[in-house]
Amino acid sequence: MTKIKFCDVVTMTMRILGIETSCDETAVAIYDETQGLLAHTLYSQIALHAKYGGVVPELASRDHVRKLLPLIKEVLHAANTQPHEITGVAYTAGPGLVGALLVGAATGRSLAWAWRVPAIGVHHMEGHLLAPMLENPAPTFPFLALLVSGGHTQLIEVQAIGRYRLLGESIDDAAGEAFDKVAKLLGLGYPGGPAIARVAQQGKSGRFTFSRPMTQRPGLDLSFSGLKTQVLTTWQAQTIQDEQTRADIALAFEEAVIDTLLIKAQRALQQTGLKTLVIAGGVGANQWLRTRLQQLANELNIQVFYPRPIFCTDNGAMIAYTGYVRLKAGFQEPLSFNVQPRWSMESLN
Amino acid sequence: MKLLALETSTEACSCALYVDGTISQRAEFAPRKHAELILPMAEQLLAEAQLLPAQLDGVTFGQGPGSFTGVRIACSVAQGIAFAANVPVAPVSSLAALAQHLYQTQGHEKICVAFDARMKEVYWGIYQLNQQGLMQLQGEECVCAAHQVPLPDEKNSWVGVGSGWAAYSEALSDRLAGYVQHYDSEIYLHATALIPFALAMFAQQQVYPAETVTPVYIRNKII
Ligand SMILES: Nc1ncnc2c1ncn2[C@@H]1O[C@H](COP(=O)(O)OP(=O)(O)OP(=O)(O)O)[C@@H](O)[C@H]1O
Ligand SMILES: [Mg+2]
Repeated sequence: MTKIKFCDVVTMTMRILGIETSCDETAVAIYDETQGLLAHTLYSQIALHAKYGGVVPELASRDHVRKLLPLIKEVLHAANTQPHEITGVAYTAGPGLVGALLVGAATGRSLAWAWRVPAIGVHHMEGHLLAPMLENPAPTFPFLALLVSGGHTQLIEVQAIGRYRLLGESIDDAAGEAFDKVAKLLGLGYPGGPAIARVAQQGKSGRFTFSRPMTQRPGLDLSFSGLKTQVLTTWQAQTIQDEQTRADIALAFEEAVIDTLLIKAQRALQQTGLKTLVIAGGVGANQWLRTRLQQLANELNIQVFYPRPIFCTDNGAMIAYTGYVRLKAGFQEPLSFNVQPRWSMESLN
Repeated sequence: MKLLALETSTEACSCALYVDGTISQRAEFAPRKHAELILPMAEQLLAEAQLLPAQLDGVTFGQGPGSFTGVRIACSVAQGIAFAANVPVAPVSSLAALAQHLYQTQGHEKICVAFDARMKEVYWGIYQLNQQGLMQLQGEECVCAAHQVPLPDEKNSWVGVGSGWAAYSEALSDRLAGYVQHYDSEIYLHATALIPFALAMFAQQQVYPAETVTPVYIRNKII
């Protein structure tokens, strides 16, 4: 994505409209430079896709078109903001579903053009990564980020905004994807993360044990697809597939994922000497993961930060904030807009 | 009346500006480049007319059928501009626009439009000139197999147009034997052809708030 430096000194207090349409949530927010987050709203397409067991890209794109402008109107109203008070528009430009991304990019870029304000295409994962900045207290640089979402599982050393070093990542399924797939094979709903977490509360620890993939080996890469297969074979081997068995397996799976994430995060902390850990992405909404990370932080005498659960999953606030940061740093998008369905975060450096 | 027109439903990308009777336009045959081209085109046209987007009175766009992504780009861009400029939108059928374009450039008055809809199908519409000089839909627009398209209700003197006539020339020619004498599959759709429809819609106040307009896909079987 070409970024143009613009020389004009920004004197007005910045107030940024953020648009997120990379997957199955249409989300909009307004972030103000001095007042912080003014308003945010979100429409989830979960019900639309639920019967297909996953996101249907064309349905997602179609729904974004219907929902986006009404949500923008709603958020302007909630933020008590007149359109002329918006000083910039941020939209998710990737990674994500190409058709879905294009809806947000086309609308966002056109709004900015007609309002005569700059626009910025935001990297969705940078959005997730910076979401903890919306909280009080916010983490300070440098920190280790554990990004655990539906499409990504990454350990990233964040020296500053735009200075990212990928330390390790899943070589196959993302953690969230593993939750979703395991939920599906256990006959639980979509999305799988919350469903597994809910069922696992009834589970008895110790009845099943799954491996902690790749923890025996050095390095910071992860893998979750083998774990999913273990769950499948275990589930199929059960003669009585009752609720309790389902709950026990769900719990064992959740434990395995969380343990694995913790082991790798701890290793990354030791390797880098960083004293701050930041969790972001949808799996970060998992309450037990949060509890366990807090325990780890206490043990290691480090600090851990995470966004409130609704800012772990896709949201407009993280896009508005990241857009603000990028615009402030002098980046902006040309009139010629585009999206990048695949886009590495290190290319932002 | 100042009206901006956007059309990106086919492989051509075009933008037109109507300012009190004068039309200026930009067009390019540019598959998969619509997102890159459409706003620079609009910016150039407005700059030449020394206008700002906020001075527009309305926006019109080709709402399809056509490429799903293409019609969404035009729709989303139209929505964004119209919402920002606080003006209404006139959505126009892309099939009708191509018929209108053929009328305006070649004078044909009875036209069968077929867009290649892939999967061995076409987006199909039959149009005839009405008294207001606008191409009027006969029957309904549809998506169907080329050899099964609905026929006009009278024979002779129809002209075929659109990419479907190249993709399924044999099937369509067979099906329309006795109806269509010749066809042109090389003519590209222009945003200028949206303008007569849009002017009529604005005159009759058949225009819509930006947040209520949507593409017309016709094909709803997508999974
Ligand atoms: N409480 C939870 N426990 C575990 N996983 C969860 C929980 N809540 C949500 N998830 C998982 O988080 C994922 C969604 O997160 P997010 O919205 O960040 O991902 P995404 O946007 O689909 O992917 P990406 O951001 O990588 O493109 C889903 O896989 C979902 O199952
Ligand atoms: Mg996400």
